[in-house]
Order: sequence, then C-alpha cells, then structure tokens
Amino acid sequence: MAAAHRFPAFSRFLHWLMAVLVLAMLFIGAGMTASIGDYHWLLTIHRPLGLAILILVAIRLINRLLNPPPPLPAAMPGWQRFAAKASHWLLYILMFALPIVGWAMLSAGPYPVVVWGSFVLPPILPQDAMLFATLRELHRILAYLLFLTFLAHLGAALLHALIFRDSVFQSMASWRATPPWR
Amino acid sequence: MPETPTPKRPRDDEPPPLSLIAVLLRLGIIGLVSLLVTAAFLYAGGWLSPDRLTPVKVVDRFEQVDGISAGFRRNHAKGLCFAGVFQSNGQGLRVSRASVFDMGEVPVVGRFALAGGQPYLPDTPQMVRSMAVRFMPADGEDWRTGMNDIPVFPVSTPEAFYEQLAVFAPDPATGKPDPARMADFFARHPESAHAIELIKARAVSSGFHNDTFNSLDAFRFVDAEGKSVAVRWSMVPDAPFEAAAAAPGADKNYLFEDLIARIGQQPVQFHLVVTIGQPGDPTNDATVAWPPERERIDVGTLSIHAVEGEDVGACRDVNFDPLVLPAGIEPSDDPLLSARSAVYSRSFWRRAGESKDPSAVTTPAADKGA
Repeated sequence: MAAAHRFPAFSRFLHWLMAVLVLAMLFIGAGMTASIGDYHWLLTIHRPLGLAILILVAIRLINRLLNPPPPLPAAMPGWQRFAAKASHWLLYILMFALPIVGWAMLSAGPYPVVVWGSFVLPPILPQDAMLFATLRELHRILAYLLFLTFLAHLGAALLHALIFRDSVFQSMASWRATPPWR
Repeated sequence: MPETPTPKRPRDDEPPPLSLIAVLLRLGIIGLVSLLVTAAFLYAGGWLSPDRLTPVKVVDRFEQVDGISAGFRRNHAKGLCFAGVFQSNGQGLRVSRASVFDMGEVPVVGRFALAGGQPYLPDTPQMVRSMAVRFMPADGEDWRTGMNDIPVFPVSTPEAFYEQLAVFAPDPATGKPDPARMADFFARHPESAHAIELIKARAVSSGFHNDTFNSLDAFRFVDAEGKSVAVRWSMVPDAPFEAAAAAPGADKNYLFEDLIARIGQQPVQFHLVVTIGQPGDPTNDATVAWPPERERIDVGTLSIHAVEGEDVGACRDVNFDPLVLPAGIEPSDDPLLSARSAVYSRSFWRRAGESKDPSAVTTPAADKGA
C-alpha cells in the first residue's frame, strides 16, 4: 500500500542525482557568463556535465515509461494535477533541450565539442555564425526558463511537504516506506 | 490487547490541521528558501556585484574606445585570412602528446591582423601585428592560437588590461592619451611600464612575411608519460629580417597588399618554435620575457599558400580562442588566458549575430567574384 505511493528506488535515485547535477549546471552556466578568471575551469566542467545530464535524462525517460510514477492523491484539484504534469514535462523537455542546443551551438560555432581530454563529440550542425548566435541566445533563454521551472518545482514540493502534507513530497523524498505521521 | 487507549490518530492523507500562524510561518519558510536560491543564482550570474569585471564589460569597453564595426572582431579587426599546411617534424612529441605533433601534415586556417578595433584604419609600421592559427588535425582536436609580434604583453592581469584600454584611449579633446592618467597607471603598474619599453624598443620588420609572432602567454605541454613543462611558442619566419621603412607605404593596406602579392608568387613559411621554460620562469606574468638561453625546439613548418579577404575566407567566423587546445596542451596559471577565452567568446557571440560588412582587406579573387 505504502510502496504504491512512492516512486521506485531507481527513480528516486535518478531524481536526486539529477537535481544536484542540474542545479550545479545552472549555477556553473550563470557563473561562466559573468566570470573572467573562473571562466575556463567552469567551462571544462560545463561540457562533460552537460553530456552526463543528456545521457541521464534519456535513461530517466525510459525508466519513467517502464516504471510509472505513483498516482497523485485522489483529493488533488484538477488545476494542481495539470500544473504538476505540465511542469514535469517541461522539466524533461528542458533537460533534453539545453544539452542538445549547447552541442548544436558549439557545432555551428565551430568549436570542438571537447568533453574531456581527447574525447571530442562530432559536430551535429555545419558551421554557421548566424545560427551560432541564435542558438547561443536560445541556450541562455532556455537556461533561465529551466531555472524558473526548477524554482516552481521546488516551491510546489515544499508546499506539498509543509502545507498540504499529502503523499506527494514523501513519494520522492522519503527513504522510509511510511511517512512519519502515519 | 493494550490496556491504555491509544491517542486518536489521523487517517492517511489527513494530517492534523495547522493553525493560521503555523500556515503563515511555513509559507514564510517556502518564500525564504525560494528567495535564497534565486539570490544565489543572481549572485553567480554577476547581477548582484556591479563591480565585478565581466567579459561583457571588457567587450563593451572595446566598443566604447573603437566604436562598433558590425560583423568585425572587437579587437584585431583589420585582417586577412590564410590557408596553409603545418608540416610537423615529430620533435614536438618530445614534450607534448598532442596529435598535431605527430609527424605529418595538418591543414591550417589562419589570419593575419593588426591590433585595434577599427578595421578601416590605414596600415602603419608601428601597429602591432598578429597571426592567428587554427590547426585542424583529422581527429577533431582543434588547436587555436593567437600570437602577436611583440616580445611581451603590456599587462599581466585582466583588471590591468581593462583599465589600460581606457587609459590608452585617445582623449577626444587632444586626440592623444591623457599623459597624467598614463603616468598614474604606470606608477601603479611598473611591470607595464617596463613591458611597454620592451615593446617600443622591438625591431619592426618590413612586413608580415618576415615578422616573428609570439604566444606571449605561457602554456603547459604534457607528454605521453604525463610529464608537464611550461612553454611559450613563436612563429619564426623563413624570410630574413628586414627593417621597416620609417614611413608607411602609399597604399592604406600596404602591409596586407605586400603579403597578398608575395603569397601569389610562392608560399610564405614560418617555423613553429617552442621555448621550454625552466622552473622559476614566470608562467603567470606575460609582461616578463624568459631568459634568451632557454631551449627552443623547432617542431615544424607552417606553409601559407593562399590568402583570402575575410568576406570570402574561412577565418572570419572562427574564434581564435587561445584555450581551444588539444589533449597534450594545457593552460598555465597565466590569468590572461581564461580572460582572453571568456572575452573572445563574448565578442564572437556578438559579431556572429551581426550582418557582415565587406572585408576591410580584399583579395583579387574576391574582387572578381563581386
């Protein structure tokens, strides 16, 4: 009974791992744009981390289709259900889009897409300076959108945890099978 | 059966109700957490520290000093593309495992240019000349380097560079830099005063083809065993040195036109010479020259066989970011390197999105095509 209200363990593991990576990535990206001295080492982390997120989100999507999330509480109003589903799909779309736009942008640059050492990804677009400028701007806008979506996600999670106190927050946060008040 | 009655427990999904004060307190906690995360993000992005030196500020200052020439580089704006081949002799492998040093040929795209952000200024002998090179080995491991024909760089830090851009800009009233501001800058930056003396005292060659171009910044080469050495490198011309005439040539592009004519006749060649630093040689200060007796390794020959105006050449849309490096070449602790990378990237983003004017210097092939 309790297990049905929680995400499977692997789903929870992926969620929290990616929470750390994506949040770190947002801060690294923001830091890069405003840094002189720290720019290069931030960039050397930014690219492998972006590739890691792209791979992980693909694994996560497959995992979600194989292991669907637990149902939302029966008492949840319709608009909340819609907001929850829409924001989750937006997070998935952005977690795919940002690394792919980053890779495409570097390809159009043309910059070598150095992941680490001599591991270089192949370009996925031909050289095109104007396209680079557009994709670079898109990368920036999508990153802000991801930050705002993350903020809404965090706020909603805390609302569930502290105000509604339904099963939603515990379904992802709890490592115990039964929420403490039960 | 328990003797004492258990307290009344709420059912699943029905936690005990919260008082109004508890609700407000909890909403306050949620608001505070969101606010702190947002503030941290804004701080990382520099929004909360207006005094921080950012790439945007440096590019903006170039635009303030030189104006904006749409589509052109914000510095070294006047240039000419070249194509060539780097013939590696294998000697580089002694100090670096970079594949570009494997014996053999690597195609190269590059650019000769004059320092400064104004593409239509007439050539003069004293203007700082640059050579940028993009080595393109088959494995996709780009190596890009931008080199200048001065012995040392005028400043050692990004902050000093940013300040120096404004200090050396001509005063609109006199058309010359303000001597009082310059004196003040040099008093606070004796390393720059010394570097500028060395730069002014350099022997100026008659053209691009017989000029020597230096990396100025130090880098680190890492060999196959993982051993790392500090290096600087230079492109040293095959053509013998010939001193520049005191006055500029008649044509406003005479330096470029001379190079175009020479390469039209035969390839112009340079040797890539790597200087090996010794422990104690400064790697974090591009204003200081290394002792002249340091070991120098000739690692191969750059043959330039074609030049093209930027309107048709392959170099215009390349960012010669000095930290686009293959495995086997790494940045040193020189603070200018990360700054150059950050500022070039920002400048490239800006100009990549601008409509492109025709090249300041055009080649005969481009004239025919137009």
